[in-house]
Amino acid sequence: MTHPGEITRRQLIRRIGMTAFVAGPGAGLLSACATAGGGEPSAAPATSLPASANPRNPFGVDAKKPLEVAIFSGAYGDSYAKDLHEELYKKAFPGVTITHTATQEIGTQLRPRLVAGDPPDVINNSGPKSMDLAALAAEGHLADLAPLFDAPSIDDPAKKVRDTVTPAVIVNANVSGKDLVLNYTVSHRALWYNAALFADKGWKVPATWEEFTALGETAKREGILLFAYPGQKGPYYQLWNVLYTAAKIGGNQVILDLDNLVDNAWNAEPMKRAVTVWVDIQTRYGDKAYFGLDHTQTQIKQLQNKVLFYPVGSWIENEMAKDKPQDFEYAIAPIPEVTGSDKMPYGAIQVGVGENFVVAAKGKNPQGGLEYLRIMLSKEGARSFTEKTKNVTVVNGAAEGVDLPAGLLSAARAQDRAGQNIITEARFEGWYKELFDYGTEQINVVMAGRITPEEFCANLQKKADDVKRDDSIAKQTRSQ
Amino acid sequence: MERLRKYGFVAGFLAVPLTLYTVFVISPYVQAFQLSLTSWNGYSSIVRYVGLDNFGRLFEDEVFWRALRNHGILLLVLPLVTIVIALLFAFLLNLGGGTRGAGMQGVWGSGFYRVVFFFPQVLAVAVVGVLFQAVYRPDADGVINGVLARFGLDPVGWLIEPDLALWSIIAVMVWQAVGFYVVLFSAGMAAIPKDYFEAAALDGAGRVRLFFSITLPLLRDTVQVGWIYLGIAAFDGFALIQVLAGDKGEPDGATTILPITIYNTAFSYQKVGYASAMGVALFFLTVTFAVLTLRTTRRERVEL
Repeated sequence: MTHPGEITRRQLIRRIGMTAFVAGPGAGLLSACATAGGGEPSAAPATSLPASANPRNPFGVDAKKPLEVAIFSGAYGDSYAKDLHEELYKKAFPGVTITHTATQEIGTQLRPRLVAGDPPDVINNSGPKSMDLAALAAEGHLADLAPLFDAPSIDDPAKKVRDTVTPAVIVNANVSGKDLVLNYTVSHRALWYNAALFADKGWKVPATWEEFTALGETAKREGILLFAYPGQKGPYYQLWNVLYTAAKIGGNQVILDLDNLVDNAWNAEPMKRAVTVWVDIQTRYGDKAYFGLDHTQTQIKQLQNKVLFYPVGSWIENEMAKDKPQDFEYAIAPIPEVTGSDKMPYGAIQVGVGENFVVAAKGKNPQGGLEYLRIMLSKEGARSFTEKTKNVTVVNGAAEGVDLPAGLLSAARAQDRAGQNIITEARFEGWYKELFDYGTEQINVVMAGRITPEEFCANLQKKADDVKRDDSIAKQTRSQ
Repeated sequence: MERLRKYGFVAGFLAVPLTLYTVFVISPYVQAFQLSLTSWNGYSSIVRYVGLDNFGRLFEDEVFWRALRNHGILLLVLPLVTIVIALLFAFLLNLGGGTRGAGMQGVWGSGFYRVVFFFPQVLAVAVVGVLFQAVYRPDADGVINGVLARFGLDPVGWLIEPDLALWSIIAVMVWQAVGFYVVLFSAGMAAIPKDYFEAAALDGAGRVRLFFSITLPLLRDTVQVGWIYLGIAAFDGFALIQVLAGDKGEPDGATTILPITIYNTAFSYQKVGYASAMGVALFFLTVTFAVLTLRTTRRERVEL
């Protein structure tokens, strides 16, 4: 279960107004047994901590107070926290004790602790079992990170932390109207391929759909699949791919409409077209065996040059580092031009921020938690993270001078070339998880040819309409 | 007085286990019933009662019905196939060798088979799942498909074809369960006095006749217990299906089952109240099944 990029803000802003619930008779009793701790319902919003005047210790951290850090041990592992960030914290506050918890089951392990009022101070809320942040926010479990963003940066006290990170961090920090989440990594999503193989064969990265299918024919003769995605554990990779293709054809508005549950958004022409062209690729150049393979098995097949293009994000290189042969060179390829008149020019890729970190408001040492995040956002904290995990952080310029692997360099260059043509991320993934999960189920069905692209769009539209009608699901909107 | 002392003694022993049972088994059930009437999301400390709304939603929930359909298939197939195979094996192991010397015995090497049959039972479900992932892998790297490929046959998508997936999983469940029931039925057969068989054999009854006229009727109670166990197992399947098919009932809902649906509803979609309603439904389904089985199979006990 190692999909760090899977969850860029997976569980955001779902339940605004959660605390407006009217308690029915006996609710007090029920909450007492159900929530193990119960007590007064805390409608309190995020706790704001007073900022101190001292730029070296802006949150007034008590050096004697122990700190607990909980890390999702996925593709990044957890040693970046244990060996790097926690060591930096100890250097800043000599003699402090840090408890380090690593788990692959963030929600399963931590949710009971949050509810019981004994949370770790810093939580890396990621992975398949990550927690619903909007629900946590509504309960006042998350500390306000505004003081962090307004605190002086460690590297340059004249600068605020918010000015040292990529602007998407601030936009995406927002949960239920407050800055509660720190997204720490940057990832690039499009099609990934082996640049060494392409150089070897003299193949050109296809820029149009004609070139793409022509390459499919060539590869077929060599016994290579043009494209595959993992149908068993990662069908959402293909859902993303289809969504990004639709956005490329019709512009980011296509995705904004899906997120905003606009009527008939799923039945929009660009959406239908995107599904159609990918189903066509699967039919002509795919192999149905991949519907039963998981991401690792599929990625190994790509490393064996059995698959040319794979829809994924830039974490792939680190994830497969151990298995990657010397002569395999990861590189990113934008989705080829589909219609000849796509709204976004060739070269558009998706660039997103991810890997959530939050500070527990009701923990023992929220000041320490904020300081820990400030340390993570220092140049040293960020650079060492990049060196260790081969993933770029949101801290501007922190990767400069770091010896980056080929794939990351390729992604960075692709981002430069894309310029303003960045495909936006579909946020319904975190807002309406039922809809997203349904999409990941249906994408396999349509790609396997058991329903038509029209039926796929109609099914998703029906589910989106259900979500829209369901009063128990808090609705979100976005304008950019 | 005498009586009080006697019951006091018994009660003293029962107090601790009863308390533990109440706290750890009964009270969660009661809570689930209570939660099923709410729209609790698992995080909030305020719980809103919604009456029977959750149950009303269940009836319109396509996923719920799909899960029920799959449980229905499991309920029909899993106990039947497992018990038939286990009975056959147990009979062969214990009585299938015919009379030799002193009395009835199993086929040659039955001591060895007995141990081998039990192997799958010892493996953890997760291990079995991973094992069969390799067995069922849909490309030529799969164990079965690798063999098929040698004969020039196309690989079969055991777990990715909607028509095959549930059956493939049932096969694993049967494979894992048979060993236990072979042992259970063997024990039952051992309890049948040997002279019955010998007398019948002397009268010229063959193995088939022995099985249907003596073994099966006298094993009735044991088989009934096995049927209930397997029926309840048919309402579970959580770990195995999760590992083999995934947690969204892949492909196309062909492997959707209630426990996984409940898990997703509660922990992925934060609808703890609604998930509890599903749990309550599952509880009643299981109880109904057990009661029905006991009722319909009740009969006079044969005194040995």
